[in-house]
Amino acid sequence: MIVHLITSFIASAAFGILFNAPKKSLLKCGFVGMAGWFIYIFLVNKEFDAVVASLVAAFVIAVISQTFARMYKTPIIIFSVSGIIPLVPGGLAYDAMRHFVVNDYNVAIQLAAKAFMISGAIAVGLVISEVLNQLLMKIKFKKKKKANEVN
Amino acid sequence: MENRFPQTYEVIELCLLAGKIMLQCGGETYRVEDTMTRIAATFGIPQSHSYVTPTGIIFSIDGTEPAKFIRISERTTDLYKVTLVNGVSRKLSSGELTAEQALNRLKEIQDADFTFPIYQQIIAASISSGCFLMMFLGQWSDFIPAVIAGGLGFVCFVYIHQILKVRFFSEFVASLVIGLIAFLFVKIGVGTQLDKIIIGSVMPLVPGLLITNAVRDLMAGHLVSGLSKGADAFLTACAIGTGIAVVVAFY
Repeated sequence: MIVHLITSFIASAAFGILFNAPKKSLLKCGFVGMAGWFIYIFLVNKEFDAVVASLVAAFVIAVISQTFARMYKTPIIIFSVSGIIPLVPGGLAYDAMRHFVVNDYNVAIQLAAKAFMISGAIAVGLVISEVLNQLLMKIKFKKKKKANEVN
Repeated sequence: MENRFPQTYEVIELCLLAGKIMLQCGGETYRVEDTMTRIAATFGIPQSHSYVTPTGIIFSIDGTEPAKFIRISERTTDLYKVTLVNGVSRKLSSGELTAEQALNRLKEIQDADFTFPIYQQIIAASISSGCFLMMFLGQWSDFIPAVIAGGLGFVCFVYIHQILKVRFFSEFVASLVIGLIAFLFVKIGVGTQLDKIIIGSVMPLVPGLLITNAVRDLMAGHLVSGLSKGADAFLTACAIGTGIAVVVAFY
């Protein structure tokens, strides 16, 4: 487990360098990636489906990214991108491709569909947290407005 | 304060430049549209319309001004510039910058090169390859082969891309090189699991960002940019897959 935490931290931070994120945010990128991967691995070890695990992990990543984005006044994409990179189903896509090459189309299509589902789940996780965030902001805004009217 | 409400065409120029930099550096579609509308609103133009696709921006301001169009041909990922442009737009709306200052600042950002030195990028790519190997339950004995294969693959990608400017081809060659190196390592007995080494080293090239952004754009209603980003991601995945497939087919 510790190996997973350390490697996911380094991998996410390294992706921050590849995407040229601001130097100050590299460590935070690593942290976001580590948190996401921890949840993913935890859920997969508890025998949840990879799609569900990706969804939850992506949701948590988006929540942390939003908090960071607000704290440091930077675009959210910096954190969320480095965070989701470990979740991307590269291994599955590779397996699918390998089966395509040896004309094993049945297995290949299955794997490709799974990879597509996982990337969809990641996106849905991000979107859900975004929608929730907007909802919260609206409620807060309304409360403020009411308070102002009372005053 | 005579600069508070500059000429309309200056505002258009400002909005387009901000949008162009953001889009070229990998900003999300909605962020680009949002930034441009917000800048226009700062200068008293609440009714502006922007239509952003990955290859071009159409921007129009209500009234008699004609709509403007900008073509985006080269796209990279440079999140630092996105952050900087975001900062400029923030300062514009809070009134800390005038239109002229903002335009100069944006031009500086456009011409500057903030990317990490190439050797640092290569080191980052190699180390992340090794880390991905471990995350995909590889063995420690395969760590060094994955680092070397990932690093060399990334070097190939960067240099071939500089010469040819055809992304599809440079990705194809890079993944071919990765496959060959991984195969060689396994053949001479340094590496053990060919699959894991290849998956780990290919990760720096995988279009994970594009796939996820594509689905997200689609859900947010940016249908055109979602589909074209999806096509982009699909092409990249195909290029990588083909490169690896060539090696696997002979294996």
